[in-house]
Amino acid sequence: MISRDDVVQVARLARLELSEAELERMRRQLDGILAYIDQLKALDVAGVEPTSHAVPLTNVMREDEAAPCWPQEEMLANAPDRAGELFRVPRIIED
Amino acid sequence: MTGLTIHELGAAYRRGETTPTQVVAAYLARIERLDARVGAYLTVTREAALRAAAAADARHRAGTPLGPLDGVPLAVKDVLCTRGVRTTCGSKILERFVPPYDATAVERLAAAGAVLLGKTNMDEFAMGSSTEHSAFRPTKNPWDLARVPGGSSGGSAAAVAGDLAAGAFGTDTGGSVRQPAAFCGVVGLKPTYGRVSRYGLVAFASSLDQIGPLGQDVRDAALLLGAVAGHDPRDATSVDAPVPDYAAALDGGVRGLRVGVPREYFIEGMDPEVGRAVREAVETLRGLGATVEDVSLPTTDYGIAVYYVIAPAEASSNLARYDGVKYGLRVGGAKDLIEMSSRTRAAGFGAEVKRRIMLGTYALSAGYHDAYYGRAQKVRTLVRRDFARAFERVDLLVGPTTPNVAFRLGEKEDPLAMYLNDVFTVPTSLAGLPAVSVRCGFSAAGLPIGLQLIGRAFDEPTILRAAHAYERATSWLARRPSLA
Repeated sequence: MISRDDVVQVARLARLELSEAELERMRRQLDGILAYIDQLKALDVAGVEPTSHAVPLTNVMREDEAAPCWPQEEMLANAPDRAGELFRVPRIIED
Repeated sequence: MTGLTIHELGAAYRRGETTPTQVVAAYLARIERLDARVGAYLTVTREAALRAAAAADARHRAGTPLGPLDGVPLAVKDVLCTRGVRTTCGSKILERFVPPYDATAVERLAAAGAVLLGKTNMDEFAMGSSTEHSAFRPTKNPWDLARVPGGSSGGSAAAVAGDLAAGAFGTDTGGSVRQPAAFCGVVGLKPTYGRVSRYGLVAFASSLDQIGPLGQDVRDAALLLGAVAGHDPRDATSVDAPVPDYAAALDGGVRGLRVGVPREYFIEGMDPEVGRAVREAVETLRGLGATVEDVSLPTTDYGIAVYYVIAPAEASSNLARYDGVKYGLRVGGAKDLIEMSSRTRAAGFGAEVKRRIMLGTYALSAGYHDAYYGRAQKVRTLVRRDFARAFERVDLLVGPTTPNVAFRLGEKEDPLAMYLNDVFTVPTSLAGLPAVSVRCGFSAAGLPIGLQLIGRAFDEPTILRAAHAYERATSWLARRPSLA
């Protein structure tokens, strides 16, 4: 069973601020879904290779050629906050 | 002027009976009149559509149309990037996001002369089976406005069913094209993984996501697929294999085709009307000359459990990019970067998206990775082996698309109950195989029922050919919803 502390820890890893009410609801719902997922434990998967991808493609190569990149102004146009040519975020280093 | 199939529209343009501008204007007027009730669209691109239609007029007048989609009005799910046109993914976090580029599929449609009417509603980030998880509004099923259109491509399916677009595109990660196609009684195809470029498709679960067409009939779906399929160097997972002429491959019938019917696709608790309609459809195919065999896909029951580990795991990683820095919503006033991201994501994501991010983060976290993600990847191999074994004996598989017809809005509040709706569509996604849903009857309440045809990897021609033969042998398409 997933605990409240687990949910707090996972929310921190996932960068999601959850209210008290959301935490408990999330715990209950995750618990139900994980209990359902636990049926996978009934299967014998010894020696079975994992599938990460349905089409067998590996190491798709291309020529290393210079190509134009997107204009800076267009890439900045959706920024929630900017300073000149930069994305602006809250201070992350103390003075 | 609305309601013609794409191939009928093309013929009408060629004969000069109507023009793209007339047809596009008729669709825009119909959207204006009816979409407040249906809710298929999040954005209607009126001016751009009329401009594109005028350009198509000129090409048709000059006798030089670009192909079967030239001047055809289409709708595109709001998860495909459109240059200069808001792309929300049904989420508050991208409410004002305007992509600087087109998805490859959108670019190819424009190059084929198709006219974009607008962007369709969807479950937030394609997570859901009812379109009720749109952050903006739910979409209603044109056959019964009290019922859901399915999801996550519910807006695209409702647009086609309600004659609010001649055709549409959605995306399918675990059934998100096929299930709404079944609920809305239209044709919906999930191509083989790698058949259509995902460049510019906002990622949900990258090993599963595929773009797929929704059409009024099988020929339309074939024409739409042909316009977007093919290799794209900008998506390393798109496969460099020749694209057949899907429309040309429709004829030929099913005589001699070996059709497998998976016994696990007829389960306890499924709607008996669905089971009956699908079994009758199998008999129709037999009557047309196909041979029918019982087959077994023993891991079918585990598909949902595998999917709800792998898809949320990939989603938790893909959606990490919505941190309030480069685009999308930002909640201000935070003391540091982590608090800014955490508050932004709390305000910007809806409940289902948060649930899946949490589930995926948990499944990938230290101590749980092998028990959940590692094990799910191994069971995914078993699911693929089931199909590989079946396809040694048969050419295609046929079964229901969904266990039930369209349910009522608000009916499935429990997340798990919603997930179980995808029991017959998820395994194909895990195996990367192509599958198409076509109308195969109606419930007593008048709701459409979907027949699913599943093929070998890259064998879309065979499932389309069988679906086409079935469609021609039956008259289900004659019935239309009475939206007014």
